[in-house]
Formats: sequence, C-alpha cells, structure tokens
Amino acid sequence: MTTAIADAGHTPGVRYGSISQGRRRTLYWSYFFLILFVIFFLTPPVYMFITSLKSSAEISAASNPWWVYNPTLSNYADLLTQKTYLIFFRNSAVVSLCVVTITMLISVLAAFSLARMKFWGSATLATGVFLAYLIPDTLVFIPLFKTFAFIHDKTGIELINHWWVLIILLPTLTVPFCTWIMIGYFASIPKELDEAALIDGAGYIQMLTKIFIPVALPGIIAAMIFCFTVSWANFLYGLAFTTSADQLTLPVGIVTTLIRGDVYAWGQIMTGALLGAAPPLIIYAFLMDYYIAGLTAGATKG
Amino acid sequence: MAQVALRNIVKTFDKTPAVQGIDLDIADREFIVLVGPSGCGKSTTLRMIAGLEEATSGEIYIGDQLVNDVPPKDRDIAMVFQNYALYPHMTVFENMSFGLRLKKFPKAEIKERVQGAARILDITELLDRRPKQLSGGQRQRVAMGRAIVRNPKVFLFDEPLSNLDAKLRVQMRTEIKKIHQKVTTTTVYVTHDQVEAMTLADRVVIMNAGRIDQIGSPHEVYHSPKTQFVAGFIGSPTMNMLPCRLVENGSGLTVRLSDWLSLPVPPSRVARYRARVGKELTFGLRPEHIIEGRGDVPPGAAAFEAPLDVVEPMGMETMVYFIVDGVEVCGRVNPAAAGRVGESMRLVADLNQMHLIDPHTQMVI
Amino acid sequence: MADVVARDLTLSTAHRRLTMQKFVGRKSTIAFFMCLPLILVVACLVVYPAFYSISLAMMNKSMQHFVGFGNFTFLFKRNTFWMVVEQTVLFAVTAVIFKALIGFIAAHFVHNLPAKGQRKWRGMLLIPWVIPPAMSTLAWFWLFDPSYSAFNWVFAQLGIPQVAWLGNPYWARFAVILVNVWVGSPFFLIMYLAALKSVPEQLHEAAMIDGANWWQKIWYINLPMMRNIIQITALFSLIVTFANFDIVKILTNGGPVDQTHVFATWAFNWAISGNDIPLGASVSLFMAPILALAAVLILRNVRQRGNEA
Repeated sequence: MTTAIADAGHTPGVRYGSISQGRRRTLYWSYFFLILFVIFFLTPPVYMFITSLKSSAEISAASNPWWVYNPTLSNYADLLTQKTYLIFFRNSAVVSLCVVTITMLISVLAAFSLARMKFWGSATLATGVFLAYLIPDTLVFIPLFKTFAFIHDKTGIELINHWWVLIILLPTLTVPFCTWIMIGYFASIPKELDEAALIDGAGYIQMLTKIFIPVALPGIIAAMIFCFTVSWANFLYGLAFTTSADQLTLPVGIVTTLIRGDVYAWGQIMTGALLGAAPPLIIYAFLMDYYIAGLTAGATKG
Repeated sequence: MAQVALRNIVKTFDKTPAVQGIDLDIADREFIVLVGPSGCGKSTTLRMIAGLEEATSGEIYIGDQLVNDVPPKDRDIAMVFQNYALYPHMTVFENMSFGLRLKKFPKAEIKERVQGAARILDITELLDRRPKQLSGGQRQRVAMGRAIVRNPKVFLFDEPLSNLDAKLRVQMRTEIKKIHQKVTTTTVYVTHDQVEAMTLADRVVIMNAGRIDQIGSPHEVYHSPKTQFVAGFIGSPTMNMLPCRLVENGSGLTVRLSDWLSLPVPPSRVARYRARVGKELTFGLRPEHIIEGRGDVPPGAAAFEAPLDVVEPMGMETMVYFIVDGVEVCGRVNPAAAGRVGESMRLVADLNQMHLIDPHTQMVI
Repeated sequence: MADVVARDLTLSTAHRRLTMQKFVGRKSTIAFFMCLPLILVVACLVVYPAFYSISLAMMNKSMQHFVGFGNFTFLFKRNTFWMVVEQTVLFAVTAVIFKALIGFIAAHFVHNLPAKGQRKWRGMLLIPWVIPPAMSTLAWFWLFDPSYSAFNWVFAQLGIPQVAWLGNPYWARFAVILVNVWVGSPFFLIMYLAALKSVPEQLHEAAMIDGANWWQKIWYINLPMMRNIIQITALFSLIVTFANFDIVKILTNGGPVDQTHVFATWAFNWAISGNDIPLGASVSLFMAPILALAAVLILRNVRQRGNEA
C-alpha cells in the first residue's frame, strides 16, 4: 500500500464547486425537462378547452388557433340542451355505473375465494384470470357480434343496437383485472386477522364483509375507479354493437354524430370531447392516489 | 491513512438543529467511536464526514484538505452501512471491485486487492455468490471488504452491527477489532451500543442532543464521567442514581440517601465536596460497586443492610434490587451469597467509586 | 349457512349432518361458487368467442359453408394484408420503445424533485392516460386537421413548410405513433417511478462513495434493479398497443390508402362495415400468436419475480 495509491482520489490543483450547487443544477435541469414534458402532455387537453370556447365563426376565420378572441359559452349551452348529447351522457353513465357494480360483485367474491380459500384448481384459475385480461377486446368482438346475431335469429332477442348490451359485454374487460387487483390486496392481509376472526366466531361471509372489505377498501376503491374509467372510455364495443343515435354511449356518439358529412362543428366536437373526458378527470383530481394505486397494483403486485 | 478534524460543525434540517457545534480531532490510525442515543446527531456527523450531508456551517478536514465542498467520491473515504447496501445484482467480487472498476484500475490489480481483502475477511470462497445467498454476518463482511479494497484514508462505519443477532454481534465485534489491527486505517465508527463503543474504541465520543458530552478513552469515560448523561449512558447495568444530601459528620462528610441509609464520604474526596454541604445533589454508584458484605470492609467502603425487592440470578452473578426512598437500587453479588426476596441482606458499597452530580448543571463534581 | 361453516371448521365430527348440508358447507364448495360468476363471465365472453373466431375464420362470407383456409389464402395474396402486418408491428414496437424511453427519463426527473413537489408534477403528467383515448384522439385529429391545423399555423408563423399530417402516408404513420406514445407514456412513467422508489437510497449513497456519477448510477444500479418492471411493463404495453383500435380508427381510419391500418381496424372494417364476418375474424386471429408469445413471457417473468422475492 504505497502513498501513490493512497493519493488516488485527490487530484492536486483542482477546485471543486460546492456540493449543494451541483444539486441545485440537477434540480434546475429536472424542472426544465419536466416543463417540456408537461407542455407535450397537456397541449391537447388545453387546446380542446381553447377550441370549446370559440364560436364557429371564429374557428373558420382561421385566426390564431391558440388564443380565444371572443370567448363564448355557446358550445356548452348548445350541447347541454341538446337532447342527443344528454342521451349519450345518460347512456354512458348508466352503463358505467352498472358495470362497476356488477364487476365489483363478481371480482370481490372471486378474489376472496382465490386469495384465501385454497381449493383444487385455484392457482390455475388465478393464472387463467390473468391470461384472460391479456386477451384484447379487438380479438373477441367479431365472434361476439356473430353470436349475438345468431341469438337474435334463434330466439328473437335483439342484442344488437341496444345500449344495455354493453352492460353484459364490458365486464369482460374489467372483471379479470379487477379480480387480479383484489387478489393482490386480499393476499396482503395478514392471515392472523383471519385466525383472530375465526376464533371470535366469524363465518366466511362475515370475514369477507367485516374484515376483508374494510381493510382492503383502498384496493376496492382503486378497482372501482379503474372499472369506471375503462367502461366510460370504451369505444370499440359501442361502435360495433350500437348504431342508432339514441343507443350510443358518449365516446361513440361524439365521434359519429358530430361529424356530419363534410361539415365538422369543431367547437361543438371539442366541447363534447372535453365534457366526455370530464368524469374520469374529476375522479382523478379527487382520488388521484387511488387511481395510481390501481394502475401499479396489477403489475407490481403480480 | 490520515487524520480527520471537525471544526465547529453545525447541521440544521429545516430549522431543526441536529448537530449544534462539534469540535473533534481524530488522529491518524485512530479507532474512534461516536456513541449516543437515537437522534443525538452521531449518524449525521458521520454522513457529513462522508459528504452525504452538507454541513450548515463549520469545517471538515480529511488529512490537511478542507473537504466541505468535495463530493464523496473524491474524499477518499469508504463507508460500511447499517443495511450493508450491497448491490443485489452483482456477485461478491463485483460488489467489492465496483469502486475500483469505476476508477478504471487495471484488472490484475483489482483481482489482487479483492483477493487480499477476501483473505483478511475470510470470504474467499464466497466471491462468486450473490448477496441474497449470504447470511447477515457474511454480507457484513462483504461490505467491509468493499471498504478495505478501496484503501481509503478513513473508514466510516454507520451502526454496522445493529442488524445482526446478539451472538453474531459479539463475534463480529471481535472480527472488526482484529481487522483494525491488521488494516490500521483511521476509523470513525457510529453506534448506539455502549458495549461496542467500550470494546472497540481507542477513544469514545459520547454525543447527546447534537453536542459532544465527553471525549476520552474507554477507561476515562467509565471511571471519570464528566456529565450525568455520560455517567448514566456508559456501563451496563446503568449506574444507580439517587437524590441525596451532604451532611457534616465530625471532620468528615456523610452522604444521606434516606432515613435509614447514610454512607460516609471517603477522606480523599472530603475537600472536594465540602463546598456542597446542605445542597441537593445526585449520588451515583455503579451496581458493580455494591457487592455482598462478607468479612472486613475495605477502606473507603461502607456496609449496610437492605431488604431485597427483586433477585435476578444471571448465572455468573446475581443482581439484587432494593428500594431507597422509592428508587430501585441495583447491586451485583456473588450468586452463592445472594439473599432472598423480602429478606435483609448485608451489602458493601465501594465509595471510592462514587460520583456526585449537581442536578442543576448535570455535571459531575 | 355461516354457522354451519364455523361448526364445520371446528371439525366436530361427532355431529351427524345431512349429506347435502355437509356438501354445501364445505369450504371448497363455497369457494367454487364464489368463483362461479367470474368463471362464467370469462368462459362465455372471452374464452368461447376466442375459439369461436377460429371456426368463424374458416367459413365463407355468408357463413353457410366451411371453406377451410380459403380466407387465409385470400389474405396472404393481398398486398394490403402484408402492409397491415408490417404497420401493426412497426407501430407497436416503435411506440413501446418511445413510451418506455419517455417514461424512464421522466420518472428519473420526477424522482429527483423534493418529495413534496413530486405529487403535483406526477398529477399533471398522468393526464393523457386519464382522458378517454377516443376523446384525446379527437383533439389530436383537430390539431392535425388539413385546413386548420394549429401546428401548421405555428409552422406558418415560423416560415416552416406545412405538413399534411394525416394526408401524407409517412406523416400519418408518424401521427398514429405519436398519439399512441402520448397516451401511453404516463403509464410507463408511473410504473417506473414506483420501481425507482423501491431502489434503496443507501445503494445510491454507496455508489456515490464508490465514485459513480449520475449516468453510472443509472446504468449500474437503477437499470438492473428495475429490469423486472421494465420487462413486464413493456410486454403489457406491447399487447395493448398491438391490439389498439381507438387511435387509428378515429385519427385516420386506416388511411391514407390503407397505410395506417392495424389488425384491429382492418378486421373491424371487413366485419362490420364490409359485412364479411369470417374475413374479419381471420384478420383478427393473426394477432393471437404475438399475444400468446407476450403472455407466455409475462407469465414467466411474474413467476421468476415470485421466486426471486
């Protein structure tokens, strides 16, 4: 161990800047790049908002698209009084709320049994649920369409072109993932709680309602939020299975009806889109942590 | 190999002072231990020496160089963390050689240094394993190996043994002492365990609430504590402390502990204590200096009888507890001589080892 | 029923119960029934259609006769089919790579911030994910409008030539990938941020003392420790991007001249608009192999992580 090696770290004659100065510089660079990212991410929603405040006259005048010269709420007023738009909103709302209820009922029950009650095949079933989540709706909507048409031919029950059909269909997208999330949350509840409850005399149903659901409430909220967002945002099934204007959900409605021939009523379209994005955004604003928990739960708890 | 100096180091986190003015000189090759309860600022001080925290004011010197503004990697220090901080995806060899690889050392030299350190630490057969395949003690050795390999000016240890079980801790303590004898680098070691401090240190630095209460060799801090905190912190079981009064007794002094218990002050101390007669003081005496009373009482000691409240047989010795004015006092006796609970036992207190503390200043008189 | 279960649990075999009650009361039976709705939903609405689509793909247009591989040979001969294959793969791979990059970089910057501020920035950066993709695609559609594009307006002010965002095939492909990246990056950001937070800070301190600078820390510590999350997120995203429908449908509907079609939109057009369900089914079947491969990889990754933990 010579002195040459001992001096390896010290370069004589070099001056160092203060450590906190270095940290401050990294902070400034971080803010700089983050501002760039935020501009990239927020431009479309902001632009939607700007456009929604413009009259059609101003839009076709092709003045500065990034600024509103004569802001007007006429777009909002028109849409909100227009019966068709309100029907879209109502359809989406009812469908989403029903889907959330159904999904949570199915998922919580299934997750409880898969997480806690080990029975023959439960591990395979859990994996199967996970795999089902990976099957995308685009693979499955065509045979479903055909099946529904088939049922119509045979039994006369009309399953196509009714908005409530979505209540049957959308759980396929939400149930696997919500079950997966709930399995993760339920599994993380310590077994000692179960045992204490059993000793206290609780049956399985009571364990579920009095212990698991309250303790896993954050997970339940996260799953519900995920479920609502997916149902609300669904476009493909709505587009494929419903065609009459009064049966459409919001995303499909805005895209198909507000674009009439060659005339695009952009002010109204953007207003419609913004209002359509509002419910998830509002939920997000108030329940952001649950939202994020739902996102990360799937992959990290898996 | 270098000395370390801290001059008036202050560190505040968001208006909360963690370190309030520390002056410390560590000699080259010294093994110094910073010890104190949680929150006393010892880890913060260590991290300031490492460069992981910036001092709010004051100067830090490593060798002769002022290092306040020097980043950790240029300070030529190595650190052993409480949680080992081993890179989980690298083998033991890669963990130990990481610093050298970053500095672009030649491969042959890296190999030589790593194997040399592995031999000192007795981990040569573990070089190809991953951290998760190792036990706690092995991981701690790899962490030390990583530090040794760098051949730095100063070793910094941040409570390295806290995560090990009691038996392993004792074992590793001895290992660390042996390693310091072989690799004589200046070492700053932080712990909350006073036993570790006493056994490992050349000098002990006792810290309390962001300040240094006392610096001294283990012998000094044990026999001559300067403050009440140091007296109570060092030594296990803790020093007995009781409120008392000094009373004139002929040409000498007596320490009055309660109605039924007064002990004579040894003549050598009378002059020192005379000025405090009548004042309220705190009397301190370690349990190991209260032993069974058999035969003659040696000079400076005094015998008394006390009814035993609790008796704890420890095997090699028995701890006996008796109550003086509501305060439980502990004595250490030979198991064969120990009395029974409720019975009175004859005990001898070696008052040459007594301490008197001023309760207002908390300083030992 | 709850008491029956509780009593059952205390294993008092002295009690003689009706066989039916005993069967119903057993833990595994209850458990199975709790799972039944899930099994029904998945079986009827996911598994069954997936297999049905195979048989559908082998029928002729009016679904009267079985034509074996006729639909497939028809597709193989068409140029458009191979274009769709190439486009779908191109979109998926490119989009995932960029999403991962942006997510990775942004996650590191957010992680650098003091803890209090992180929440705010994370909140703003997640918004593209929250807005329903159909709605945000409409916004992008408007931004790319041939006559009124806000981007082109800015270009005009700066003297840069106008871009036919959705009219020119190459720009259209760029636009589709761009919107895809815009919608999906926040997901990567959140996942990577969570993974980054799980790397113990002491490892970074040890590396600092060992002499690592910022990119060495990322390369030697962050990347290896995030490897699992990186793989899983990329695979998830690959599946979702590969099967993406909304963005292409609304932005370009596959145009111009079928240059931006992906499997999902092309299948939709054949089946719903073109009334040729079997052909649509055969197109969508081509997604299956890639999805199966991704699924297998994900499962293996998850199992591996379970073992490592």
